[in-house]
Amino acid sequence: MAVTGLVFVGYLLLHMYGNLKALSGEQAFNVYAEHLRTFGEPILPYGGLLWIVRVVLIVSLVGHGHAAFALWARAGNARRTKYAAGKAALRTAWMRWGGVFLLLFLVWHLLHFTVVKISPNPDATGPDVVNNPHRLLVASFQVWWMTLIYVLAMIALALHLSHGVFSAMQTLGWTNSAASYRRAKLLGHASAVVIAGGFLIPPLAIVFGLIQ
Amino acid sequence: MNLTLRIWRQAGPRHQGELRTYKVKDISPDMSFLEMLDVLNEQLNAAGEEPIAFDSDCREGICGTCGLMISGEAHGPEKTTTCQLHMRSFSDGEVITIEPWRANAFPVIKDLVVDRGAFDRIIQAGGYISVNTGSAPDAHATPVPKRNADRAFQAAECIQCGACVAACPNASAMLFLGSKVTHLAELPQGQPERMARVVKMVDQHDAEGFGGCTNVGACSQACPKGIPQDVISTLNFDLRTALRGNR
Repeated sequence: MAVTGLVFVGYLLLHMYGNLKALSGEQAFNVYAEHLRTFGEPILPYGGLLWIVRVVLIVSLVGHGHAAFALWARAGNARRTKYAAGKAALRTAWMRWGGVFLLLFLVWHLLHFTVVKISPNPDATGPDVVNNPHRLLVASFQVWWMTLIYVLAMIALALHLSHGVFSAMQTLGWTNSAASYRRAKLLGHASAVVIAGGFLIPPLAIVFGLIQ
Repeated sequence: MNLTLRIWRQAGPRHQGELRTYKVKDISPDMSFLEMLDVLNEQLNAAGEEPIAFDSDCREGICGTCGLMISGEAHGPEKTTTCQLHMRSFSDGEVITIEPWRANAFPVIKDLVVDRGAFDRIIQAGGYISVNTGSAPDAHATPVPKRNADRAFQAAECIQCGACVAACPNASAMLFLGSKVTHLAELPQGQPERMARVVKMVDQHDAEGFGGCTNVGACSQACPKGIPQDVISTLNFDLRTALRGNR
């Protein structure tokens, strides 16, 4: 759970950095996107590095999901008679149902930008748009409900990270003192703000017309 | 104070239980929560009804025998044990729901009394140090750095009341387990069996049917001794070291 989670955090930081290239204009963004595919050539084939990263992510996702559902099932079995009063179960709901929501979002996100490349914008469709990463990005976030989905997903991600990053450090046994425990808590909140905030900059910049 | 109490009644381990409503009148705000229940039991006795079974012993907050889920909070709204909780923490006319600790590893024996034998079996599995008997060594024969001594002492404050399990959304006993492991891991006397201990205790914890820890922290908030969550990190660290083969 912890190790796979930290793999995701590392990937999210790189992904967020790439997204921020959108602020440097269409050419910088598209060159970056293409460079990801030619990275490591000729030792790696075209798109080779991308596939290595994808395999690591898929393995991590399977491991993360497996551990999460195993813990969920164990929790259900460990307390079959629930409390009549109280909110004990609410404490894990954000993490568990939030995680399920993030998984659903991930499916949509991959369909949207990677696998099928769907342009939800009726004013911008066709191969010119879907094969141009920057144009697909801008066309997508000019649609209000698309932006809303991504904003909700980033809120869910922030909540997930603010507990998850701390939790991973605790699981790995890195918080053995009051000071390191506080630092881990702080790092959890900071990573949530930085990552979710960083991801929200390009869509919001498009909504407010700063990127066209 | 006049109060309405919704109390879990269950005749025995295999009986169906239910919440039943009782009224108590003229309760002094200076009474402890258990004294309030004593008053109710006097009423029930006088009326020829079966009194409510609940655990208590020292009533000084140091033995860990008492423990009730009070309106969804382990040991009620204050950071203390149920016996040291006073009625001034409640308001006149309040409806209070009283339930036993809920975890499959803590089966209900009767009403509000649960069997916490699972904790004893975890301690038996490894929560000890093996020493030869004989005359006690001098207290200063083995120096312990202040920092380690303080942390060991803090962890050793655990009174095994089970509030951590009761409050945990996963019904995990990791705060209890972490306290015991950290207590001995911080001291020189605990080192020889340190790695074997953590594996045996975690195995027993899982065999008892407790849930897995997801680092929520409800345990530390409920703990009457305020044992911090970082003891679970020490448990995880030791377990990881042990599983790498450094037994």
